[in-house]
Formats: sequence, C-alpha cells, structure tokens
Amino acid sequence: MSDQIIEVRGLTKKFKNITAVNNLDLNVYRGDVFGFLGPNGAGKSTTIRMLLSLIKPTSGSIKIFGKSIKENREEILRQVGAIVEKPDFYLYLSAYKNLEIFGKLSGADISKKKIMEMLDIVGLSKRANSKVKTYSHGMKQRLGLAQALLHDPELIILDEPTTGLDPQGMKEIRELILYLSKTKNKTIFLSSHILREVELIASRMIIINKGSAQVEGTVDDLLNMDKLTVTFEIDKLDDAINMINNSEWKEKMGSSSSREISFQLVHNEISSLNRFFVERGFSVNSIIPIRSLEDFFLKITEGDGK
Amino acid sequence: MTTLIRIELLKIFRKWRTYIGFFAIGALVIIVQIALYFTGDNYIKAMTRGFQDSFIMVGNLFNGYLVANLVLGGLFIHIPFLIVLVGGDLLASEATAGTYRMLLTRPVSRLKVVTAKYCAGLIYVFLLLAWLAFLSLGVSCILFGTGELISFSGRLIIFSRDDVLWRFAGAYGYSMLSMSTVFALSYFFSSMVENAIGPIVATMAVIIIFIILSALPIDFLKDLSPYFFTSHMIQWSGFFNDPVDYKKITESALVLSGHIVGLYLITTYLFIKKDILS
Repeated sequence: MSDQIIEVRGLTKKFKNITAVNNLDLNVYRGDVFGFLGPNGAGKSTTIRMLLSLIKPTSGSIKIFGKSIKENREEILRQVGAIVEKPDFYLYLSAYKNLEIFGKLSGADISKKKIMEMLDIVGLSKRANSKVKTYSHGMKQRLGLAQALLHDPELIILDEPTTGLDPQGMKEIRELILYLSKTKNKTIFLSSHILREVELIASRMIIINKGSAQVEGTVDDLLNMDKLTVTFEIDKLDDAINMINNSEWKEKMGSSSSREISFQLVHNEISSLNRFFVERGFSVNSIIPIRSLEDFFLKITEGDGK
Repeated sequence: MTTLIRIELLKIFRKWRTYIGFFAIGALVIIVQIALYFTGDNYIKAMTRGFQDSFIMVGNLFNGYLVANLVLGGLFIHIPFLIVLVGGDLLASEATAGTYRMLLTRPVSRLKVVTAKYCAGLIYVFLLLAWLAFLSLGVSCILFGTGELISFSGRLIIFSRDDVLWRFAGAYGYSMLSMSTVFALSYFFSSMVENAIGPIVATMAVIIIFIILSALPIDFLKDLSPYFFTSHMIQWSGFFNDPVDYKKITESALVLSGHIVGLYLITTYLFIKKDILS
C-alpha cells in the first residue's frame, strides 16, 4: 500500500454558477494528522463529501490508498471512518442500535463487546441504550466519533469534530486524535475552522479559501513562514533592554512597557532569545507569542499573506 | 443484501408512523364489523330488495365473505394514504435527518441501499395488506361464519362457498400490485426531496387527480383513462365477476408491474446520480 494515503489533483466542484472547490490539489501521507483549514464557506465540507463520494466532482481526480475513489468506492470506504459535518443518527434508535447498524454496514464483524468498548472510549457506555434523541449535541458528536472508529479504519476523516463540545470535551477529542495517530498509527484528515485545534494536533496542513488552496505544508514550516510578535515579561527590564541593545537581538526588538519587551521573531527564535535572557541571569516570567496560527490564518484568508 | 433489508425493516418498524396504517385498518375494520354485526340483516335486505319478489333467498348470505368484500371495496381508496406515509418517508427522512451522510459513507453501493429500501417498503405493503386480509376475511369469518358470497358488479352474482376463497386470494394478490404501484410512486418522489411531506402530498395529489379525471364524463378524458395507473388499480374487483375476465386483469397487472419496475429504475438512477448535500 502506498505511503500517500490521499492524492487529490485538480479537484473542482461547481454548483451551477458557483464554484465551491476550484482546482484543488491535496497530499496526505500515512501517519499524518492533516489539518484542513478554512473559513466557513471555503469549500471544506464539499471537498470532504467528494473524498467520500457523497458528491461527484465536476473535474479532477481523487485517489485514496493509491486507488481512484470513483472506481473503487466500496473497497476504499471499508478502510475509512468519517464524520461529515455534524453527526446525525437515527434519533428513534438507541446509541447501541445505531452503532450496530453502522457496524453491519461497514462490512466488518463488529461484536457487541466491540460496540460497548467504543461507547466506553467516548464516554457513552452508560447511555448505550438511551435513544439518541435524548442526547445532547456534544454526546452526538462523541457518538459520531465512535461510529467513525468502530470498524478500525486506516484513514479517519473528521469534519469539525469538536464543534459543540465544551472545553473538556474538546481536550478529550484532541487527546483521542493524538492517541489514534501516535499509538494506533492512523492517518487523520481533520477539517476545522478552530485554528488552535489544528495548531495543537496537526503535523501537516492546508489552508483553503474560496475553494482554492492558499498554502500547504507542515505546521512547523507554516508557523515559521512569518514573524511572530512575542512578548517577554522579564525582571530587571532596564538592564535587559541595555543588553539587548548591545546584541544581535537589537534589530528584532519592538516596543517595550514597564514590565515587557516585544520582539519580532520567527518561531524557532523564541527559545534562542529565552536562552539568551536566562544565561545572563534574567528571570523570564512569561513568553506570549501573540502571532499564532490564527493570525497567520486570518492573514492568508484575507489575501495578503501569500 | 439480506442484512440491508433487515436493517431497513428495523428502521421502518421502529418508527411510530409505520403503525398508523395498522391501527387505522384495525380500527376501521372493527367498526365496520361491529356495525354490520348489528345491522347486517338490513344491509342484505336492502341489497336484495329488487330481487325479493322474483327469488327466494336461502342460506347464509350475511357472512364473513360479504364483510371482507365490503371492507376491501370500502378501504381500497384509503389504503394508498397509509402506504405513502411510509413510502414517502423512506428516502426523504434520511435526507431530513442527515443520516445519508452516515449511510452512504459506508462500503455499500447506492444501488444496494436504494434496492434494500424498496424491498423493505414492499414488505411493509405486503404486511399491511396481510393485516387487512386477516382482519377483514379471517376475523370476519370467525365472527360471521362462512357461506355464499353476494356480489354486485353491475349485476347480482352469488358465488357458492367453495368458489370464494380463491377469488379473495386473487383480489388480495392484485391489491398487492396496486398498492405497490402507489408505494413505488411515493418512493420515487421521496428520492427527489429532503422532506417526507412533499412525497406524501405529491403521491396523493397524483392519485386524486387521476381518479377525478377518470370519473369526469368527458370523452377526451375517457380516452385518456386507460393511461392512468389508477384505472388499473381497481381491477381486483374483476375476481368477483363471473366469468373472470383474465385478459383484462392480466393487461392491467402488466401496466401496474411496468409502473412498479419503471419507477424503481428511475428512482435508482436518480439516487445513484444524486449529490448528497443534506
């Protein structure tokens, strides 16, 4: 099996006069947690629907596991688990029954024990026999994750998986994704507009806007593409400023206040500057990078970052 | 495929709307049986009034067969509504609920999904008609006994008791074809929309319009009438003629079968080509 799990070339989808996805190229490799970023209406869900053959592309090609989804749909989907937008279930059935149905449809031999284990992983085992209509949005989201993982797929496509979850729930989902990636060696395709989420867990990412790719690469590379405004809170600030003025960091120094100095840095310079202060006996109380992926994302989608 | 059909049957029979048809038929048949139990003799007298001076009526004319025949004729135009409640919901409800996204991202072909739902829907139609047969024929025979069957199909015909059951079997079998056509139409509409109300209303509208057009005493519409499937739905009553016009029944059965297959093929084509946007 190829190490390239998803290969998309020139993918385009037009709805009458609207181009939802425009000539998109994508590369997802084995073991990636691939962040698929874009603002609302950027074409993320349309792309995911095409990946899963829910909608047909106007042009372009999609290969998953090295095979065309058009000709090998069933074979490919056996190895794919997905949440597309919000997970919707048969509300008049219990969570257990829903998973039993989707388990049977997945073609795998899913035992009762396996279903209960999965419900346990997402924290729903005590409500296994409750009808889904009694579930909160967050519970449905977790059940969605359970159905995506039920047949132990190689590739997991998650469309905004933390939407509607409380901070603790979001953290749990992030941890679960990292666990699946690192321990179970799953490839994760994660669509999100919550940029912090992608920044925390993705290894590679693409940002799309108005149906077109804006930039693609590793998260580290993209973070280092542009300078960050990093604020250091340091004791003995006047001494620190004097020392900075006599060092190579002088050019990177920005504004200062009574307790803080700001610098224009690229990502990997933060630790170097921190070391610079510490080795000279200063106490660094806090480092606040105010230029995060979110800034980068906003800049890209506003059109001036390319 | 069997697994898919089982899943679809589970979904159908876990919805309360599925039981509306069974309750409605149960209630109506029981009410008719109770009414006839108390006033059945009057009904026979009224039916045979014109013949009483010329014939002497002997034997058990008011019996389970007569009740079953009356119920079948009376309910036949209402059963389609009970069918479309389920048929119109089968595909549209998946779109409404958003469960297409879950269902169609599984390694199952769309052809199998649409066929399994169609088969499950036909099983529902069969069960509904079996329920009707059980109540109107089975229970009526227990309550009222058996005997000769009086039939009025333009003229008075009396069938001997051993010449009746096969006619009912034919009539219920033909009803299955008629109601399957209604189901196929509602299923077709269901594939095109994302709300079950639309297919239900559309199917009933088509049936009502065709029935009205067929009934109007206008030559042009009379000529069109054979092309309306509703004109062929009522051929079940042909089994209570003597002699039975098998040619006419067969022709109508073929027209209905053509509708059932044709609508299935069109629905399947639309469903396979459909972009899932819900």
